[in-house]
Amino acid sequence: MSTDTILSFEEAMEKYDPVLGFEVHVELNTKTKMFSSAPNVFGDEPNTNVNEVDLGLPGVLPVVNKAAVESSIKIGLALNCKIAESCRFARKNYFYPDTPKNFQTSQYDEPIAYDGYLDIELEDGTVFRVEIERAHMEEDAGKLTHMGGAAGRIQGADYSLVDYNRAGVPLVEIVTKPIQGAGSRAPELAKAYVSAIREIVKNLGVSDARMERGNVRCDANVSLRPHGQERFGIRSETKNVNSLRAVEHAVRYEIQRHAAVLDSGQPVIQETRHWHEDTRTTTSGRAKSDADDYRYFPEPDLVPVVASREWVEELRATLPEPPAERRKRLKEAWGYSDLEFRDVVNAGVMDSIEETVAAGASASAARKWWMGEIVGRAKTADVDPAELGVSPQTIVELNGLVEEGKINNKMASQVLDGVLAGEGTPAEIVEKRGLAVVSDDGPLLEAIDAALAAQPDVAEKIRGGKVQAIGAIVGGVMKATRGQADAGRVRELILEKLGVEG
Amino acid sequence: MAAINRDDVAHLARLAHIEMSAEELDRMAGELAVIVDSVKSVSEAAGDDVPATSHPIPLSNVFREDVVGHTFTAEQALSGAPDAAEDRFKVPAILDED
Amino acid sequence: MSELTSNELIRLSAAALAAKLRAGEVTSVEVTQAHLDRIAAVDGQVNAFLHVNAEEALAVAAEVDAIRAAGGAAAEELHELAGVPIAVKDLIVTIGQPTTAGSKILEGWHSPYDATVIKKLRAAKMPILGKTNLDEFAMGSSTEHSAYGPTRNPWDLERIPGGSGGGSAAAVAAFEAPLALGTDTGGSIRQPGAVTGTVGVKPTYGAVSRYGAIAMASSLDQIGPVSRTVLDSALLQEVIGGHDPFDSTSLTDSFDNLVEAARTGNVQGMKIGIIKELHGEGYQAGVENRFNESLELLKEAGAEIVEVSCPNLKYALGAYYLIMPSEVSSNLAKFDGVRFGLRVLPKEGPMTIERVMAATRAAGFGDEVKRRIILGTYALSAGYYDAYYGSAQKVRTLIQRDFDAAFAQADVLISPTAPTTAFKLGEKLDDPLAMYLNDVATIPANMAGIPGLSLPGGLADEDGLPVGIQLLAPAREDARLYRVGAVLEALLEEKWGGPLLAQAPSLVEPVETLVETHGGSK
Repeated sequence: MSTDTILSFEEAMEKYDPVLGFEVHVELNTKTKMFSSAPNVFGDEPNTNVNEVDLGLPGVLPVVNKAAVESSIKIGLALNCKIAESCRFARKNYFYPDTPKNFQTSQYDEPIAYDGYLDIELEDGTVFRVEIERAHMEEDAGKLTHMGGAAGRIQGADYSLVDYNRAGVPLVEIVTKPIQGAGSRAPELAKAYVSAIREIVKNLGVSDARMERGNVRCDANVSLRPHGQERFGIRSETKNVNSLRAVEHAVRYEIQRHAAVLDSGQPVIQETRHWHEDTRTTTSGRAKSDADDYRYFPEPDLVPVVASREWVEELRATLPEPPAERRKRLKEAWGYSDLEFRDVVNAGVMDSIEETVAAGASASAARKWWMGEIVGRAKTADVDPAELGVSPQTIVELNGLVEEGKINNKMASQVLDGVLAGEGTPAEIVEKRGLAVVSDDGPLLEAIDAALAAQPDVAEKIRGGKVQAIGAIVGGVMKATRGQADAGRVRELILEKLGVEG
Repeated sequence: MAAINRDDVAHLARLAHIEMSAEELDRMAGELAVIVDSVKSVSEAAGDDVPATSHPIPLSNVFREDVVGHTFTAEQALSGAPDAAEDRFKVPAILDED
Repeated sequence: MSELTSNELIRLSAAALAAKLRAGEVTSVEVTQAHLDRIAAVDGQVNAFLHVNAEEALAVAAEVDAIRAAGGAAAEELHELAGVPIAVKDLIVTIGQPTTAGSKILEGWHSPYDATVIKKLRAAKMPILGKTNLDEFAMGSSTEHSAYGPTRNPWDLERIPGGSGGGSAAAVAAFEAPLALGTDTGGSIRQPGAVTGTVGVKPTYGAVSRYGAIAMASSLDQIGPVSRTVLDSALLQEVIGGHDPFDSTSLTDSFDNLVEAARTGNVQGMKIGIIKELHGEGYQAGVENRFNESLELLKEAGAEIVEVSCPNLKYALGAYYLIMPSEVSSNLAKFDGVRFGLRVLPKEGPMTIERVMAATRAAGFGDEVKRRIILGTYALSAGYYDAYYGSAQKVRTLIQRDFDAAFAQADVLISPTAPTTAFKLGEKLDDPLAMYLNDVATIPANMAGIPGLSLPGGLADEDGLPVGIQLLAPAREDARLYRVGAVLEALLEEKWGGPLLAQAPSLVEPVETLVETHGGSK
């Protein structure tokens, strides 16, 4: 593996203008595959989610999954595309052992959606319009595992094993037009674009959109041209950049690498590059060759898809609110600051907070619980906050217990642990663990008397108006009650006892 | 239209993943040249105004509902496989990475 | 109470067998066994079968007999053809029997699923006698391109039985089966029918499901019946036809009027169009004579004979030899030694999957298959698509327009099925172009998707070999073929004094074993 020379990003930006392009593959979450009735399920035993169609056995024929077509139209609409009145499937011919028929059924000159755009909001609020060339339907390939070589790499492998469970899973490939003018924000835009696609398909409910499972996969094209030049430079295509962070890094790296190549007076080679997360570099894949003659032709085993305007409008009516608009609306409704809202979004708890507010909590309480208590626990458990197992109802209940003064915040945290441990509802746990705040003032007053007697000088200071000294007395009381007292109530009672205004 | 020669056939055989001997390439080039010559009139038969027909009987929107149907067991799936291991199809090393 | 020899049984039509089975005059086991015996006796000479499915066929026959013997509702519900045996072209996948497509690359492969037409045969409880020989992947007009040796024409064992479905046609002509399934991409049912003196029908594209027929050229392929009478083909097409949700090109139209059409044949007042471009020059004199004779008979029966012109048919063969190989090159890509079938390792050099695929395909495919794959790869490759595949698809439009115009003038069209009678084995093997010309009259129907039927038109004067008459009807009007075909068949048989195949050589001395029949016996 050769190591390429790279220029610093700043120097690359001084000299060159980057042009980007993306091909994002989205796996649809239909129940069955694109052209067969075998289940579309991730992670099952190898070669069990297949029938004769997925294996490409002799004599089989494809039949289009209507739900996959509808999902594709929805994606097209969400990307502000035109939906083709009529479109066809085509065969893309190439030999590869993960492709059962040795052709991929895809779309070529007639994609189902075309000419769209997506407005991408960068972190500082800048909005950048990315134009969408097309979104087309196709099928996924099987999964190859390379054996015997180093770390599952294809190089040096002795043999490979093929599982066709993924073969035929419906895909929508979203292709951008060349993205110009991003300048030094190109890597950030790349990440934001893929993030936006992921969010849109998830919001539409048409994909699980889990990048770690390959539900959303990105090929990133990068080329550079000297500032002021109209003509595009030669591009590289970095394949399978499969996390948001990696998209940003890969684009940045390729810009730096291209800049170094151009600086050395060499032409950039039009080729496939492979992204390596460990070294955060790309390596040369395959140069464009005559093997890329895919010999597309209309799929004779399938008939055209005609999307009547009525059908398209029916589907449009089912579209959920676009994520960007929804964010704007929620931020205003909740009254969060920019920073607070961004933290909520980045922590991935916006949906959860929305549900918690809907369940009866205030926006600030919901934020306090999700950001303060749950996100940290989710990180420790390495799951999404929403999947930790805390329902919005639990939070409403917990928050109510605190607001009513039945438990304090420290106890609430313990109760939450109890909920996560499956011990029951918050009320049940308070009961079981005997966590209730001591609410009968009798024992409290005794403890306060004892604390005041133990620290007469402090009591004197408070009487003299130094109310901030009260902490020492409260601390004494809390210690004596093993934390079971409501600190607020203790404070009130002390002031009352000493005849001081709080 | 260009005549089809031995190099063309060698290229096409690579694309089609068929190994061919030198003798086969020569013979195939000769035969294909005759056939290609005999079909060349086709390219002049129809003008630009004639639409292409890819399906003899026009149909559209033939769909399947998204309902799970039958599947094979791994054993059935692999029943015809020339080689298999760990419930998967086994193939020699793949050199041409992509 | 009647008694039939097994030699008489095998000469009965499917309709006659079905009637005798229903009447209890004969059992399905007897009928099936008679055909299995015939196969054992003559197939060494004919080589129509690649696999004989005796055990399963007899089991199905016994099941039908048991149901019939038990009587009641189950017996009432038996399909009209239940118990009538059938042979299946080995391009159609079957559970429990090998499917080879006539190719080394599938030697020994067993399909884990049944073709839709096979499911329908099983539902009708028709015993499947076995799988018949064909040109490899149905590519050829003589069955000489089979990897398992050529099938021979029962009329003259030194001659070809046509192709690609020579096995099915020869089996039916040699009385090894009363019925068979074929597939027709450019004439593979009709041309073998013509040269073996049998009936073969290519239904309207989409009338019979293609699911489980190993694809040659998807937009041209169609499964259809092979038989000795027009009525038998109608009966069989009704069994195998109908909409199939597993085939996206399957029609939802109903084709249940075919048997009725065959039974009530009538040409009075019909207009029958001679296609100017599909006879005359290039057609053997004896073929022309028989063709003209059929026209005279139809005229006498009250039909009006008109002449129509389809000028674009001159491009049909060329366009076919672009579209067909293009689709072939893609359809046959799956035969790569990874998931099923043959795997051949390269003799030398690195052992990569690419080289294993190339070695497997080199060893597994025969010359004609390779020729068509390479031709199709060429026609689809960058820079040539528009001139070749694209132009050929436009020619398809022109051909359809020609037929539309012709059918505005005539109810059915008529032509010889093939330009010549059966040629000698080996005669055209080294001349692909000459071989391709056999299909000049049959290809147009596949290009346009319309139905075509070939029936025996008599024997050519110069060589005494069968001549085929082809009828063509508009798409979805398959019934017209049976209506006219049945009339012409009756007129010709009246002239001949019996079926044409009665004049065919017997192949073996008839074995006069008496079959006890059960009809009416107490």
